[in-house]
Amino acid sequence: MDTKCAECDAQISIPDDAIVGEIVSCKDCGVEYEVAEIKNGTAMLKPAETIEEDWGE
Amino acid sequence: MKLTILFDRLRWEEKALQKEAQALGANAALVDAKPLVFEISRVRRAREFGDVVLQRCISFYRTLYLTRILENLGVSVVNPYLVTESCGNKLLTTLILAKAKIPTPRTMISLSSDTVAESAQKMGFPVVLKPFVGSWGRMVSIARDKEALLSIVELREELQNPIEHMYYLQEFVKRPPRDVRAVVAGDEIAACVYRYAPEDDWRTNVARGGLTKALKPNKELREIIFRAADAVGGGVLGVDAMESEEGYLVHEVNNTVEFAGAQAATSGSIARKIAAYVISRARK
Repeated sequence: MDTKCAECDAQISIPDDAIVGEIVSCKDCGVEYEVAEIKNGTAMLKPAETIEEDWGE
Repeated sequence: MKLTILFDRLRWEEKALQKEAQALGANAALVDAKPLVFEISRVRRAREFGDVVLQRCISFYRTLYLTRILENLGVSVVNPYLVTESCGNKLLTTLILAKAKIPTPRTMISLSSDTVAESAQKMGFPVVLKPFVGSWGRMVSIARDKEALLSIVELREELQNPIEHMYYLQEFVKRPPRDVRAVVAGDEIAACVYRYAPEDDWRTNVARGGLTKALKPNKELREIIFRAADAVGGGVLGVDAMESEEGYLVHEVNNTVEFAGAQAATSGSIARKIAAYVISRARK
């Protein structure tokens, strides 16, 4: 499953076993996306949440 | 047996936990917490989360509030709200460790900037300043003298959040360039590793590039790990300890323990041990 980066238009490859919620990143510009939906073998991405002060263990 | 693994950022750990829980016979579902909505003025029994929930959200406040909501709906959550609250706030953790007489680094709280220098001088420089809530070594700073300390205080006073205007100061423990991380699942140490500080940093957090090496805990270390875990209420925890000249000191207990670093250094599936514990906590 491949898609395009909304930021820089580079190709983002998504593993075939990816599941909804998984984080993928653009190898060119580094922007992170979250897999929002997988429909008919196509993954829909949305911008991933960015790091917050309360993130961690 | 149905187990729900809640996440807000799906990492390797959550997928490993699901796989191992399924291997143990549980119907384990990964559920994204971000889209969840609750009408909290109405109390009902929430059955959609199954027999037990493993809380794996990366956001502390999302973890805390969601856990409390679920408990109000009769759901068994690992870790419970009180454990999460105690571990997620360094002030509360230190209070609990001190009350349970578990050796911990000397710590002082200044309730305003006026007394920070006085607190530091009582402990002696260098001192470590930590945020009340925070992880991965973020905002943890070392002040080697009064001048450096006051610079940090000046910066903190510029921040808008009032919690930044109170100060958690800790002695800088003379230790080897490493600390100990134990992953505890109930009454078992699922893994124990040294965490070595990366080059050019004194912090050992794996998130900052710290490297892990397997460690077989001796009797003293095992005892202090379990005492610390019990003191905060037990569950699935990451207990962090330092080797000081006076023996081990517990400086932190983590409520949503990350274990990719520990797994890289140890054999045996940590996720399997955690999953087995969580399954044992299912509501009967």
